[in-house]
Amino acid sequence: MKQHYELLVIGAGPAGLAAATDAARLGVDVALVDEQKFPGGQIYRNVSRARGQLINYLGKDYMRGKQLVVEFLQSAADYIDNASLWYLDDRLEAGLLIDGASRFISCDQMILASGAQERPMPLPGWHKPGVMTAGAGQILLKSAAVVPQGKLVLAGSGPLLLLLAAQYLRAGVAIEAIVDTTPASRLIGALPGLPRALGAIDYLLKGLSYMHAIRKARIPVYKHVDDLRAEGDERLEAVCFSVGRGNAASEMRIAADTLMLHQGVIPNTRLPLAAGCDLAWDQQQQSWKVSRDDWGQSSVDQVMVAGDCGGIVGARAAELQGRLCALQVACKLNKLDQDQRDRAATPISKFLNRHLAIRPFIDALYAPAPAYQLPADDTLVCRCEEISAGEIRAAARLGCVGPNQAKAFTRCGMGPCQGCLCGSTVATLIADETGAAIEDVGYFKVRPPLKPITLGELSSS
Amino acid sequence: MFRRIEDIGSDTVTLWIDKREFQVPAGISVAAAVLLCGFDKVRDTPVSGSPRLPYCMMGICFDCLMCIDGVPNQQACQVEVRHNMTIDYQRGAAELPQQE
Repeated sequence: MKQHYELLVIGAGPAGLAAATDAARLGVDVALVDEQKFPGGQIYRNVSRARGQLINYLGKDYMRGKQLVVEFLQSAADYIDNASLWYLDDRLEAGLLIDGASRFISCDQMILASGAQERPMPLPGWHKPGVMTAGAGQILLKSAAVVPQGKLVLAGSGPLLLLLAAQYLRAGVAIEAIVDTTPASRLIGALPGLPRALGAIDYLLKGLSYMHAIRKARIPVYKHVDDLRAEGDERLEAVCFSVGRGNAASEMRIAADTLMLHQGVIPNTRLPLAAGCDLAWDQQQQSWKVSRDDWGQSSVDQVMVAGDCGGIVGARAAELQGRLCALQVACKLNKLDQDQRDRAATPISKFLNRHLAIRPFIDALYAPAPAYQLPADDTLVCRCEEISAGEIRAAARLGCVGPNQAKAFTRCGMGPCQGCLCGSTVATLIADETGAAIEDVGYFKVRPPLKPITLGELSSS
Repeated sequence: MFRRIEDIGSDTVTLWIDKREFQVPAGISVAAAVLLCGFDKVRDTPVSGSPRLPYCMMGICFDCLMCIDGVPNQQACQVEVRHNMTIDYQRGAAELPQQE
């Protein structure tokens, strides 16, 4: 590991792996930084060590990651693993916490590929032991071959929920029920996106195959449910919800040991924010995204953004965006001229457009249900400081115009997760309560340390 | 409430979780190990003292904070198990080291 690189790539998921590999091939002096020991990010987590039946359970889309990891490890790029990025500023100084000591690395260019996180799904009882995210369930499967036993309920909305169900069924994991919170109106809303989605028909067929596996296994599926809650005294005991409307509405209570929640993914925009990149609100994806051109160039000259951290695109598109970023960085560093860059980019852009064709359909179909964006007053919103939706609404009524003021008023977002699990809900609640546009409400400011660091670790640099 | 479905490797390591001895597969995270060993909480929150288990498993939620080898506030999902590691519940906020 050197003190300075021409290019630092942050995040070893598909976008970062492809960007670092291609940049190294083009003669760029590059290092890839990641928090994990093994490359792959969350989507290809632990892929280089996957073996035995686990490979069949996880499926061939997952194993695509192995090729990316192998190509990266064969490249001349440095891999800085187990490195937690605790400091980043607009001068592109990166503070890394490695083995209990902090070190600073500088670079001429940076590619941010910090990926996505699951959209928080605040509902009554979501903080109780026994409730976790569907992504967490999948990470346990990928990284430790660990699966729930006892009564398992999957609830929420989105492709990951269906994929996880299919993977669990392949692995012989019993599922009590799938509780689908997708509102009935979403399918009609998604239809305008269908013609374009047919251009990426493999995605549609995959989704249908997951649904087929769920039907074949005779898993009870409750659709268009409302009022989802995790009930129990100290821990989860039952998943409760209502099905049907008006006079036909009925209350359901399913005994459960584990509840896995999901309502889509949102960009992890903390690093782009720390680097000073401009963001814009994406109405279709109901999330903030980084303002970037087709190469991935952000509003900051030396910062490119690849993959889901700039706006949700999916694993294959992320990989292709990483390749475009690498071409542009190599061009900026005079490793190739514009003609060479453009010739190399043409086929990549073509594939990228094909993979992006599915997005409008999926984004509209699985747009989050309002109930879990605007939870009832007594639902916890900030899990760290245990602040309820009612307290956020009260702060908004007192005149809080955005999340940063609400933080000062209530402590929401002030705990160790620094607002990752409440930021989007707090902003949505304030916008709803004050009638302001979410673009004007804004987001939590990001300030180092981006990850907790002790004084001892800081002074050992 | 969790189980293992596949032997990724045959190596195991010895852990001391809440002063009890456990054998777990090498290479997994402390959070995965604690779930696998059947614990019903990793910590009590500083605000209300309510119990929590790992929630996101990817380092963003900080619900899996534990005291690992005597060091409090460690993200259990980000730390790999090591032989003879001691892992303890975190009760409320971490205590500052006592002055000698």
